[in-house]
Amino acid sequence: MTIATDHRSTPEPAGGTARPSIASYIYQRETREIIFQVVLVVAIVAFFYMIISNAAANLRARNIASGFGFLKNVAGFDISQTWIEYSNVASYGRAFMVGLWNTVILSAIGIVATTILGFTIGIARLSSNWLIAKLAAVYVEIVRNCPLLLQMFLWYFAVLKQLPEPLSRVDGVVKSTSYALPGGALLNTRGLFVPKPEWLPGAGYVLLALIAAIVGVIVLARWAKARQLATGQPFPVMWTALALVVGLPLIVYLLLGRPLQFEYPVLGRFNLSGGMVMLPEFVAVLLGLVFYTASYIAEIVRAGIVGVSKGQKEAAMAMGLSKGQTLRLVVVPQAMRIIIPPLTSNYLNLTKNSSLGGAIGYPDMTQVAGTINNQTGQAIESILMLMAVYLTISLLTSGFMNWFNKRMALVER
Amino acid sequence: MVDVTLAPTMRRPEKIYSAKATTDTRLLVLAPVAMVLTELVLGWLRGAYLTPGATTDGAVRSMFSYDATSLITLGTVLAFFVGHLAPVNWLRDNLFSSVGNAVMTLFGLILIYGMLSGLFGFSVSHATWTGDNGEACRPNSGACWPMVHAKFAQFMYGRYPDGERWRVNLTYFLAAIGLVPLMIPRVPYKLQNAIFVFGVFPIIAFFLLVGGVPGLPHVATEYWGGLLVTLVVASVGITASFPLGIMLALGRRSRMPLVRWASVTFIEFVRGVPLITVLFMASVMLPLFLPPGWNIDKLLRALVGVALFAAAYMAETIRGGLQAIPRGQFEAADAIGLNYRQKMSMIVLPQALKLVIPGIVNTFIGLFKDTSLVLIIGLFDLLGIVQQNNTDQKWLAPTNAMTGYLFAGFIFWIFCFGMSRYSAFVERNLSSNEKR
Amino acid sequence: MKHTMKLGLAAALAIAGATATASAQAPKTLDTVKQRGSLNCGVGTGLAGFGQPDDKGAWTGLDVDFCRAIAAAVFNDPQKVTFKPLSAKERFTALQSGEIDVLARNSTWTISRDSSLGLAFVATNYYDGQGFMVKKSLNVKSAKELKGASVCVQTGTTTELNLADFFRSNKLDYKPVVFEKNDEVVAAYDANRCDAFTTDASGLYAERLRMKNPDENIVLPEIISKEPLAPAVRQGDSQWFTIVRWVHFAMLNAEELGVTQKNVDEMLASANPDVKRMLGKEGEFGKGIGLENDWVVRIVKAVGNYGESYERNVGSGSRLKIDRGLNKQWSQGGLQYAPPIR
Repeated sequence: MTIATDHRSTPEPAGGTARPSIASYIYQRETREIIFQVVLVVAIVAFFYMIISNAAANLRARNIASGFGFLKNVAGFDISQTWIEYSNVASYGRAFMVGLWNTVILSAIGIVATTILGFTIGIARLSSNWLIAKLAAVYVEIVRNCPLLLQMFLWYFAVLKQLPEPLSRVDGVVKSTSYALPGGALLNTRGLFVPKPEWLPGAGYVLLALIAAIVGVIVLARWAKARQLATGQPFPVMWTALALVVGLPLIVYLLLGRPLQFEYPVLGRFNLSGGMVMLPEFVAVLLGLVFYTASYIAEIVRAGIVGVSKGQKEAAMAMGLSKGQTLRLVVVPQAMRIIIPPLTSNYLNLTKNSSLGGAIGYPDMTQVAGTINNQTGQAIESILMLMAVYLTISLLTSGFMNWFNKRMALVER
Repeated sequence: MVDVTLAPTMRRPEKIYSAKATTDTRLLVLAPVAMVLTELVLGWLRGAYLTPGATTDGAVRSMFSYDATSLITLGTVLAFFVGHLAPVNWLRDNLFSSVGNAVMTLFGLILIYGMLSGLFGFSVSHATWTGDNGEACRPNSGACWPMVHAKFAQFMYGRYPDGERWRVNLTYFLAAIGLVPLMIPRVPYKLQNAIFVFGVFPIIAFFLLVGGVPGLPHVATEYWGGLLVTLVVASVGITASFPLGIMLALGRRSRMPLVRWASVTFIEFVRGVPLITVLFMASVMLPLFLPPGWNIDKLLRALVGVALFAAAYMAETIRGGLQAIPRGQFEAADAIGLNYRQKMSMIVLPQALKLVIPGIVNTFIGLFKDTSLVLIIGLFDLLGIVQQNNTDQKWLAPTNAMTGYLFAGFIFWIFCFGMSRYSAFVERNLSSNEKR
Repeated sequence: MKHTMKLGLAAALAIAGATATASAQAPKTLDTVKQRGSLNCGVGTGLAGFGQPDDKGAWTGLDVDFCRAIAAAVFNDPQKVTFKPLSAKERFTALQSGEIDVLARNSTWTISRDSSLGLAFVATNYYDGQGFMVKKSLNVKSAKELKGASVCVQTGTTTELNLADFFRSNKLDYKPVVFEKNDEVVAAYDANRCDAFTTDASGLYAERLRMKNPDENIVLPEIISKEPLAPAVRQGDSQWFTIVRWVHFAMLNAEELGVTQKNVDEMLASANPDVKRMLGKEGEFGKGIGLENDWVVRIVKAVGNYGESYERNVGSGSRLKIDRGLNKQWSQGGLQYAPPIR
């Protein structure tokens, strides 16, 4: 918003020698502006007054309930995916929270995955391998130019059609027909079933070891940086860190006698039961969101990398930095400055687009709010709640990204 | 670039093959042709080709079931074409410069083959081509094209009465007459042209499509559907959002704090919520906000929602253009004594708007794709009508949904891809003009 | 901002004025409908047998016939209906806001819809109940065997709530798979996403036809709920309420008295006083509810009696082939019972 003041068009009166005509001009202009703003405020207030009073009158006239009291009533419907405790005797408010969590978790996983895919494709577009570069370009042009909703439909039905049924019955003999994946995971039309980890007593120490390892890595990184600044000797932080983070908890885990067991999915009458399940709806929405958003992120990444001037790369290489070092220390930090702002808005888009999940049966917040609206008839309340939450998520994300952006910029110089 | 001379040895020896450009394009054409041929031959060998009921396996499934023969044939065919057309050096440098690169190339080839054979299997070799109803498509695992053929008119016009469809066509024709010269930079009379497209044409189109005047019977919007609704929602959205967007953009840069504040609130609010909630608001809440007895057409409600939504994005696009105008332009305008309105309408906006044409086209592409969301509030745009047709008893077949989605996807893609190419073209044009 | 709002509002109001469907409150709905020249009828987005458009946009179905009957009674022209396809989500708002005059969209009559949604259901035109469909190969004989099954269901319906109640009261666990649209529910069930599919029994029969292999699916015997499907109007206009309700009763009475689309002209000469009253030869019953005296003649000529409409759309004359069951005349052991016209 600082820009707004940059082009002020009011000529500043020069010192105290302003002539009356100019003074009166300013006077007039300011008056006009004040009047205009007053009119604006009155119009906005009148507008809201009008719609609110109309809505109130309409609701009364049509005998429709209003207020947020319904949130305490029993919802009565079930939700296919719940991260928090929920059953059909829970309240509407609880149901809404379930939807909120479904949206948040979907978006969080989606953002991580789409970032990885988007960066990969963006870099692939600049690959020296002609075929890979062209493939990435074709990917971007196809995916970006088709509606997301359509892609979700396609994913959902394509994914489902590919998968086997959970079991088959031949002459009364029940046989599992799921795809068996490594690690005891099973894949079929009902979703991806993975073994559910169950921690036994003592598992807390493993977590503790992990935290200790992370702290160790941070200390190590600082020390290595200090040493490199002092002596110029680099230290292989990356590898040590990896060894530490993986190794330490692993050793503790083995020493404690492996305090972890898995609950494996087993075949039931109709279906697999037990374990953790990732619903096909979830997978389809996730794939749709990830692939669609990645096509945008790829373009952003490409533009960001291309935007770093060639001289920088050449200078870095002239200084004797390796190709990897050039990329890591010179190109990426500069490219990130260009990439982050549009990246943020794409993260937000992904979060907002997750609201389409309802169209293929993923119980995200919009879908749950829609159901609540339908069961209670309280359209205004449920849509307002929905909008408020999205708005909060948006503002929080852009706030965080602004902070991150600033930090990035500071590190830069 | 001075630094290039500092490190001449580091430059990759690129673009020294004169044949490269032609090879690229030929390869792009020939590779798919080669793969299609391979698939045809293989399909014929398997006896699966165009014999209804004798298909081998699910086409989509066959996406990942390439056998060794296919790969070898494919490799041979590709090598044959490439070897004849491209200098070997080009191949080495661009596809096999290192082991890693070669692996990636191979991976890419497999990917291309998988995709193309899957697509080809579904849309050609396992597809049904003739028939009068769903029964004909049931035995085959591929696309059900006769369904698209039979429903084509409905996909395009929805239920717009048969006898009145010339009105839709005429509207498209007029739109084309207005838009084509507007889009070609060299054609003169841009202002008059723009006035026609954004001022006169919408009025003509309204009366043509809605009717209700002598000679043109009224066609209620319940009868509209398919691509017609998609185009109407997208173009009305963009046209209406344009003036709103300009006002919001100017408002956001205004020196009046309340105006600024109101604009920012509106823009950030709309950009912070998904379109679907705005559409819900328009379809479910708007009727409650109107005085008792007032009633707005369902399509119009969606249009209001879409236009307000697009306006916020448009405002941000235009703001980008305003920011790109050098300060000197503002100061010069002030210096010659123009007032705010004159300054904006004569100096700043014409330059800014020209700069943001690519951005506007991109906003339009986004809006065009987003129109598919109106199906969630029960309007039948292209995707909506395709989806609704899945329930038609006459054309019941397992592959119908997929066929319809592919068809809709293809139409959407043509429009969006075309527009994005145009936007890139304008961008290039602009940047070359910048350089003079 | 101000301009935005003002413009937006002005445009909205201006065009609203142009296409205005006039007031929902003050004037009587009947007058509004007459003035407009057509009936705005809310129907579903496509359910075979109840309301479905063909390629040309011509709607057919039991609910559609009902709207045509109203149009015939009011205008003597069954074509003077504008069908407005509505999703489950929008249907009640559309009626509340006056966008439609009558909602004939296989909606279940419940007390909460009567009390908090401002609706008035007129009379049950189809007695239904919720059932389950499963694949034959599952070897399931009763819904109570569905422990641990995945069940596909449409959201925003009473079906969804009944499903939860049924499993809770039988202490069974299940996995709900919920979709916005009926099409998606059917597509998912057919793609084997679920073991069972639940909706009103009539819907099950209709949707079974759309399966890859209809014969591989069976409808389980249990009916787990009462689903009285009824057309609805807005509260507060008793004249319109009466008309819509009696259109349904007229179709029932016509069946009971043996008046059909074919023989209605001959029946005008009938000596049966009940028939004479119904067909407007005796008394002023049509005028009494604000219509013409030959209103029943018009209805029967347009869509036939209830039985004819039933058989044509969902019964033996259709692909659905649903047994009349509860929807038989009371005299045949069913629940359809129309008050007499006298």
